[in-house]
Amino acid sequence: MVAAIPIVSLRDVGKVFDSGTVALDSLDLDVREGEFVSLLGPSGCGKSTALRIIAGLSAPTSGAIEWPADRASNAATGNIGFVFQEPTLMPWASVAANVELPLSLAHAQPMEARRAVESVLDHVGLADFAASYPRELSGGMKMRVSIARALVTEPRLLLMDEPFAALDEITRFKLNNEILSLWQALRQTVIFVTHSVFESVFLSQRIVVMTPRPGRVFAEVPIDAPYPRDERFRTSAEYAGYCRKVGDVLAAAMEARP
Amino acid sequence: MRAHSVVRVVLPVLLLALAVVAWDAAVRAFAIPPYILPGPGLVMGSLVDDSGLLFGSLLVTLTLALEGFALAAIGGVFWAIVFNQWRLVEYSFYPYAVVLQVTPVVAIAPLLLIYLPQHLAVLACAWIVAFFPVLANTTLGLRSVDHNLVALFELYKASRWQVLTRLKLPAALPQMLTGLRIAGGLSLIGAVVAEIAAGSAGAGSGLAYRIAESGYRLNIPRMFAALLLLSLAGVAIFGLLSAVSHLVLRRWHESEVGQES
Repeated sequence: MVAAIPIVSLRDVGKVFDSGTVALDSLDLDVREGEFVSLLGPSGCGKSTALRIIAGLSAPTSGAIEWPADRASNAATGNIGFVFQEPTLMPWASVAANVELPLSLAHAQPMEARRAVESVLDHVGLADFAASYPRELSGGMKMRVSIARALVTEPRLLLMDEPFAALDEITRFKLNNEILSLWQALRQTVIFVTHSVFESVFLSQRIVVMTPRPGRVFAEVPIDAPYPRDERFRTSAEYAGYCRKVGDVLAAAMEARP
Repeated sequence: MRAHSVVRVVLPVLLLALAVVAWDAAVRAFAIPPYILPGPGLVMGSLVDDSGLLFGSLLVTLTLALEGFALAAIGGVFWAIVFNQWRLVEYSFYPYAVVLQVTPVVAIAPLLLIYLPQHLAVLACAWIVAFFPVLANTTLGLRSVDHNLVALFELYKASRWQVLTRLKLPAALPQMLTGLRIAGGLSLIGAVVAEIAAGSAGAGSGLAYRIAESGYRLNIPRMFAALLLLSLAGVAIFGLLSAVSHLVLRRWHESEVGQES
């Protein structure tokens, strides 16, 4: 189920901000096609920076990003969906217009765009809210709109930057379940940034634990539990065991001195 | 909620009625002569008797104020966009926009009247005072765009034009409308100031000129009537612009959304 060729490879990537802060130091990361990978670490470990570099929103100071799977075509960075920590919606536009944004910016056919918007809103369970405005929605619904917008271009790579960090736990669990079923239905590659051990274990096939200041990969922990994962998995001994293991690795990463 | 909004209308109206009654009573009780303080009846009488003259003058002043406002609105938004797109232009010109704003228009008006025909001088004064609020507020609005939305537009390879029209201008709308609301009232003030400055030259026929002229003739009731018309015109401009602002923002902006409690 996991293809051999990585969709994206970070080679020895470093990032130093203008202020002199070293955000990333020789980061190596391969993400394979169709994989669900979490970047886990405390704040300040550069995981969001890594995500922005992959998205092309920020340039690395050193090292290289390669797109081996896309070498034949040059569709590399154009095919990325990004979900921010906040919903980041345009308050003056309806839900449908917000979701349609990536398509209309690319001058897509209006008819096709409308169909794509309807389909993706249906996927995230917001079909009835197409005409609503963001301020009329709850936090969880806003985040679903944000996810729908990221998915509307059918990206091969979905980048999520602590998307559920600001939500309450009930909404967060619900969206965790939803993002997994979306992933299983749509089969895109997901890189998920989080500082929650529990969230990363529940979602990922593989967890990349990072050290803070400067950010680099400390260890990788595969989570071999089968999908679909649901509430039964969340309360299983297996899940608890993985959480303890990842928690220990994270604690060791915090201790590690560069 | 309902009772609350009724109270907000009834209270000021009640206060106005009380003030008019007190005014009338005072004029009668102390037998104040009309050339010092005319009673409300006399003012209303003057408003009716001189209505042709006064409303003609109101139209002149209002037209000039609105022309000045329109030019200020277009110019202010245009230059704010130019400043936003080309930082060096902003650095070069912004200080002079501030100079234009901080120099009292009363002091500029006599100079303008020397160099320009009176009509254009009044228009220029209305424009000068109304221009800066539009420019400053729109500039601020264009700058206060959510950084993540900017990143999102970048991710989807939006052109500079798309970023401006689809992101920055809508995001700047609330501040732009605030600027326009301030500018509406100021353009009337600018027009009146220029007319007053030109007053003694006598060529004008605006409301401010009527006030000055009536003052020379000690026709105090007409002064009051003209003043009343000016205030009402200012209130109307403000009300109109507030209504436009409300219509544009009511669906999405926090300032226009009532809190349910």
